[in-house]
Amino acid sequence: MLKYVAKRIGLAIVTIWAVATITFFLMNLVPGGPFLSEKAISPQATAALEAKYGLDKPLFQQYLTYIGDALHGDFGDSLKQRGRTVMDIILMKFPVSARVGGISVLVSLLVGVPLGCIAALKRGKFLDSLISVISTCGIAVPSFVICTLLLYFFGVKLMILPTLGLTSWKHYIMPVMALSFYPTAYIMRLMRSSMLDVLGQDYMRTAKAKGLAGGIILFKHALRNAILPVITYVGPLLAYTVTGSFVVEKIFTIPGLGGEFISAINGRDYTLIMGTTIFLATLIIVMNVVVDIVYKIVDPRIKLK
Amino acid sequence: MKKRVIALLLAVTMVFGLTACGGSGAAEGSGAAETTESTESTETTESTEAASTEGGKILSVQVGPDPETIDPALNSAVDGGNMLLHSFECLLSVDQDGKLAPGQAESWETSEDGLTWTFHLREGLKWSDGSDLTANDFVYSWKRVCDPMVAAPYAETVLSMVEGFEDAAGGNLDALQVAAPDDLTFVVTLNAPCSYFGSLAAFATLSPVQQATVEANGDAWATSAETYISNGPFYISEWVPGSHILMSKNPYYWNADAIKLDGIKWNLIEDANASYSAYQTGEVLMIKDVPTEEIPSLRDNPEFHVDPIIGTYYLSLNLDREPFNDANVRKALSLAIDREYVAGTLMQGTYTAASNFMGPGWVDTDGSQFMDNANGGQPYIDTANFEANLEEAKQLLADAGYPDGEGLPAITYSTNDAGYHKVVAEYLQQAWAEIGVDLQVEIVEWASFTPMRRNGDYDSSRNGWVGDYSDPSNMLDLFYSTNGNNDGNFNNAEYDAAMDISRTTLDAAERSEALHKAEDILMEEAGCIPVAYYNDFWLQSEKITGSWHSPYGYWYFMYADIAE
Repeated sequence: MLKYVAKRIGLAIVTIWAVATITFFLMNLVPGGPFLSEKAISPQATAALEAKYGLDKPLFQQYLTYIGDALHGDFGDSLKQRGRTVMDIILMKFPVSARVGGISVLVSLLVGVPLGCIAALKRGKFLDSLISVISTCGIAVPSFVICTLLLYFFGVKLMILPTLGLTSWKHYIMPVMALSFYPTAYIMRLMRSSMLDVLGQDYMRTAKAKGLAGGIILFKHALRNAILPVITYVGPLLAYTVTGSFVVEKIFTIPGLGGEFISAINGRDYTLIMGTTIFLATLIIVMNVVVDIVYKIVDPRIKLK
Repeated sequence: MKKRVIALLLAVTMVFGLTACGGSGAAEGSGAAETTESTESTETTESTEAASTEGGKILSVQVGPDPETIDPALNSAVDGGNMLLHSFECLLSVDQDGKLAPGQAESWETSEDGLTWTFHLREGLKWSDGSDLTANDFVYSWKRVCDPMVAAPYAETVLSMVEGFEDAAGGNLDALQVAAPDDLTFVVTLNAPCSYFGSLAAFATLSPVQQATVEANGDAWATSAETYISNGPFYISEWVPGSHILMSKNPYYWNADAIKLDGIKWNLIEDANASYSAYQTGEVLMIKDVPTEEIPSLRDNPEFHVDPIIGTYYLSLNLDREPFNDANVRKALSLAIDREYVAGTLMQGTYTAASNFMGPGWVDTDGSQFMDNANGGQPYIDTANFEANLEEAKQLLADAGYPDGEGLPAITYSTNDAGYHKVVAEYLQQAWAEIGVDLQVEIVEWASFTPMRRNGDYDSSRNGWVGDYSDPSNMLDLFYSTNGNNDGNFNNAEYDAAMDISRTTLDAAERSEALHKAEDILMEEAGCIPVAYYNDFWLQSEKITGSWHSPYGYWYFMYADIAE
């Protein structure tokens, strides 16, 4: 197991380096630059800015400097948000997104898994159809539509929930609902189909034949096997959700990290593009390793190689 | 049975879908009824809001998303400018009528040759941390603006006429001729007379910043409430990037007695629909970002305001390329645009049709409206008489050797996709087809669009300018042959000569004449195609009293109050 983890970490470092390198050269290929506005900044000012941030050097040298600094944990200063380092921005905004995102993933699991199981157990019944309709809606309706509808009904019409900011528990309700809608629906479907698959297995019949209680069969034998695909899905989902959603953050004015991914690219904030990309890539890789280990715990038959 | 259930569920989802659509539809339709409803319930939400922000009279507004920077030297955006206006004060200020007024300086005078400006500071000025503010703080701050390591985007605009600027911008900061003979006197020496230097002394870039704080924290001083020391009517007491900036009344401000609010909460909302929702619920009493689809239903609402700002939406033509090197073609293209229709219908009345290049708000040398004196008091383009203009356009095109557009190459129009840009592009396609011009529209992403236009890598493109100060040279300079914003590469010796006179003369009448001559040439040559004048449009609760909006695009809330 230890050997496996060490190997995965080694691989992860190579992957992150590759992601960083590709991103670095791709973003520099796109036309435009960070110091542009409708009104032309004087050539002296532009030159001074480029010199200040080392953008006047040849690209490959910039790349080497960047990788060197990054290895020392220095991800540079944001080029657009003057006075803030990339680390400052990530450390300031990630906790906010992580809180909203973490709660959303938890809600999706708590709602999605039981409903998926129920749908499988009541296969073909009314409840099953109802759940499948809900999950289809959840997958088909884009999040900005859900956000807008929530905002309109609960915020503007009923006025029972605040529309902006994140200062009390009430503020969390709408963003969490909006963020968890899609994963809940997806988990329901995933859970339903894998549960159906498990229920048809021979060992389930054996368990029943042994005369085990229904609850034990369901939780110990069925659920434990059926939940594996959900774990696979939840790993990367967690990584994506805790880093924030551009749409949800924009509509509910949440000071999270999601917006930074987009605004960094639109503003050609090179250091911030690199920082957020490396951060997200690292999280996804870490989550994948965690998923593999959880797999092993849930299903000891799986061998980690 | 199973089929029936599915059919039933299908019906349910369809109904769900329909109500969903109906819901958003109703939001647009019942505008008037809705606002009265929301103002009623405003009080309840507001009182709970106020209670949560430690009491006091806090005005909650929205003028834009997170400002990129609120360091006075670095800011070049209007939303950042609004923050600076409330947290800092320059030597001079601009009053409600757009006239220069005392700021940190209570009086000022100019030497006879126009080269020496002396400002007399008020006694007992203080920073928001309670320490003393002296003329030396201005010396430091102005030199800082020149510092190449600071790389202030507006350095050249606001200080290039100060003696020693070139040297200072090269790194020798002490070359800049600004001095503080004593704590209350600030003297500036110019290298050439500048009649509008007073406006610059009121320009946010030249706000004083506290040397000790800036040196201790570097660029980061302007990123958190703790280190953001200011000298204006308010100071920042809380700042959550991406969420809000809370300003509290600055007890050390010289005119603190006139400030009625305890604070201003700037909600950094990015999405127009979100800010509209917050306005409807009363969480925010003023919003700048109104969803354009709501505008038709808001037209008659007394809370909806439209007010001009100094700036023009215009089209740049690449004068280095055929057929734009022919003035007749340029004029034909200009006259073939129905500006009343574009501004009034396509832009929903949020813009005003442009008959001149210099619109309302620009101030002539004698203090009157520049526009009223242009072209002998007549508009250059009679926007009300489009039919005649169209006929003239066809004639001009024929004179240029392209009757009915025959022989004209296909033209590309480049624009980024924001606001009404795409709608205007589609309109141009149709309008110019009327005179036989084949127009291709090219939508370019914002960050690529600006450098493309600057490099002259286009046929025709959208362009625009919003003034920094109300002196007409601020916008007429754009067409000076060597100007960095001369995207069309307009190169006219007479024009340059007129602008040169406007820069050096001390005689107000002569200067005015030169500026008007420049605009005459620009319009006669159709160096660009003015389409519409910018307006600001916003929603503001009638509870806010004592605030005003300036033609620079700023809202003045410092002397505002909230009526109960």
